[in-house]
Amino acid sequence: MDIFLQQLVNGLTLGSIYALVALGYTMVYGIMELINFAHGEVVMVGALVALTVIQALSGQGWPVPLAVLAGVLAAMVVCMVLGLVIERVAYRPLRRAPKLAPLITAIGLSIVLQQLAALIWGRGYLSFPAVLPPVSVAWGGVIITAIQGVIVALAGLIMAGLLVLVQKTALGRAMRATAQNPAVAQLMGVNTDRVIALTFVLGSALAAVAGVMVVAYYNVGNYTMGFMLGLKAFTAAVLGGIGNLPGAMLGGLLLGVVESLGAGYIGDLTGGFFGSNYKDVFAFMVLIGVLVFHPNGLLGSRAQEKV
Amino acid sequence: MNRLRMLGLAAAAALLLALPFITDATLGHGWVRILDFALLYVLLALGLNIVVGYAGLLDLGYVAFFAVGAYCYGLLASPHFDLHWPLWVLLPMGAMLAASFGVLLGTPTLGLRGDYLAIVTLGFGEIIRIFLNNLNTPVNITNGPQGVSLIDPLRIGPWSLGQVHHLAGFDIPIVVNIYFLFLLGVLFAILLSRRLEHSRIGRAWAAIREDEIAAASMGLHTRNLKLLAFAMGASFGGLSGGLFAGFQGFVSPESFTLQESVMILCMVVLGGMGNIAGVVLGAVLLSVLPEALRAAGSLQQDLLGHVWVDPSNLRMLLFGLALVLMMLLRPEGLLPARARQRELHG
Repeated sequence: MDIFLQQLVNGLTLGSIYALVALGYTMVYGIMELINFAHGEVVMVGALVALTVIQALSGQGWPVPLAVLAGVLAAMVVCMVLGLVIERVAYRPLRRAPKLAPLITAIGLSIVLQQLAALIWGRGYLSFPAVLPPVSVAWGGVIITAIQGVIVALAGLIMAGLLVLVQKTALGRAMRATAQNPAVAQLMGVNTDRVIALTFVLGSALAAVAGVMVVAYYNVGNYTMGFMLGLKAFTAAVLGGIGNLPGAMLGGLLLGVVESLGAGYIGDLTGGFFGSNYKDVFAFMVLIGVLVFHPNGLLGSRAQEKV
Repeated sequence: MNRLRMLGLAAAAALLLALPFITDATLGHGWVRILDFALLYVLLALGLNIVVGYAGLLDLGYVAFFAVGAYCYGLLASPHFDLHWPLWVLLPMGAMLAASFGVLLGTPTLGLRGDYLAIVTLGFGEIIRIFLNNLNTPVNITNGPQGVSLIDPLRIGPWSLGQVHHLAGFDIPIVVNIYFLFLLGVLFAILLSRRLEHSRIGRAWAAIREDEIAAASMGLHTRNLKLLAFAMGASFGGLSGGLFAGFQGFVSPESFTLQESVMILCMVVLGGMGNIAGVVLGAVLLSVLPEALRAAGSLQQDLLGHVWVDPSNLRMLLFGLALVLMMLLRPEGLLPARARQRELHG
């Protein structure tokens, strides 16, 4: 039972990160009906920028919380600019092109980002400096580390903030209007180009925070880290119902839990035939399962292709 | 006109026949090997072209089908299981196995929006690699990261292509044998692609690619047709996989990364989606280019005293850029299909 609860805690932590990344996919999809393939790489860039800044500042004797904060802010700024550039270069010129075209530019751009990262940061693994105190709370037989607590709490706060932004502010209203019908929104005085660009910027800022969480949690970062993460977050978005914000959050948490429990128990369940090295397969099985049985996801409305 | 065409064809045939011998004599075995691989990539690109070019579906895990074919051949014709099945069983089997994987993967996704297929195939490519990497315990099926080695060389009847033959006073090296076998495969694939393109099925694919809803309302069973394209493309991948395994004598999961999938996609996009000549051009260009980039590494060493940009890094960087720039500037490719050009430039 303790193992089960421990895996649940680990799963929720992981799931919070997936949820943040999934929000980026789902927001862009909700507005443009397009999968932003390069989103996983934005997470990677955010993670590596934060890592570098934190390493440099704490090396100069900055106090730990300040260095981490500066790292997060730097990552957010870089990623927001990156999101803006991605939208301008890869998607805006192709808004009227056949569907295949933006998919191909997106995959091309994600390769470019990966290779640029490999040039800047090298191909090895970068380790997160041990600046955070390894504090943990034992609760029954379950150990919750400080970093897990911070990740879950921060992710929760950000998601609540995003929901308020989308539901209560003028920008949120403009985003929802653009998602429903860009042409009409434009006629009503919404600057749809600006709304779409801001959606990318917002999603990229979330991706930056998620990236910092990943390196802080696993203690390592690498130029290839965005790929699998992006794939899983996309799965989370589909699981919750793509285009639906609460859906992405729910999907992220669920996927994190499924993956942790799956990796924890697969050995026992299959009599040792499959080990935890198959943990990356779960997300994929979830994706296929959802697409077969419930393609609209848990909270998604019936998706209708626009004619 | 007809006579001119015949002459052109004869000249092309003569050139293709003489090419490996000329290359061997002037540049050596290494470059004939590069030619062999170029042909293999042409075969792969033609397969992907059916999926991406004809039916307009984005497959980002195409290399998985290549892997299925390669492991099918490698496992059943090597000391690993002590099986030595012949080529004429294994090649069709690899192609069919790959096609059935394609159907398995396509069935849940092809009825849905196109973008789902892209991401599912992307995931599938990775999953296949994870399985190949890990299916060595507790029962050793794939031999894990070490891969399968000592695979039987390609052999047609009594003719082993894995040894030097003497013919009329000439020595025919292994790489030249392989060249002719691969050339045969490519010609077969071109013939098949051409026939497909202009068949009822090919026209249906074009209709689906242009406007799926209109195609469906004209009575086309879009899901089955897309599934057919997907399985067709996969079978080309499986076939090339078998040829690859027999040629290399060794397969390991490392040969089947996402980068390979992207490279093959790049060949199709660069050359011109949907146009056979374009795809062939793209494949030949991009499989020879990395060799030229290898020289770029030593050039940097000479000029700047330090290798600033690692050649394999540079290669992927260029591929990524090529995908973006082609889509933005010349979406129809270097050698566009005529219909494609009309669509894109009114």
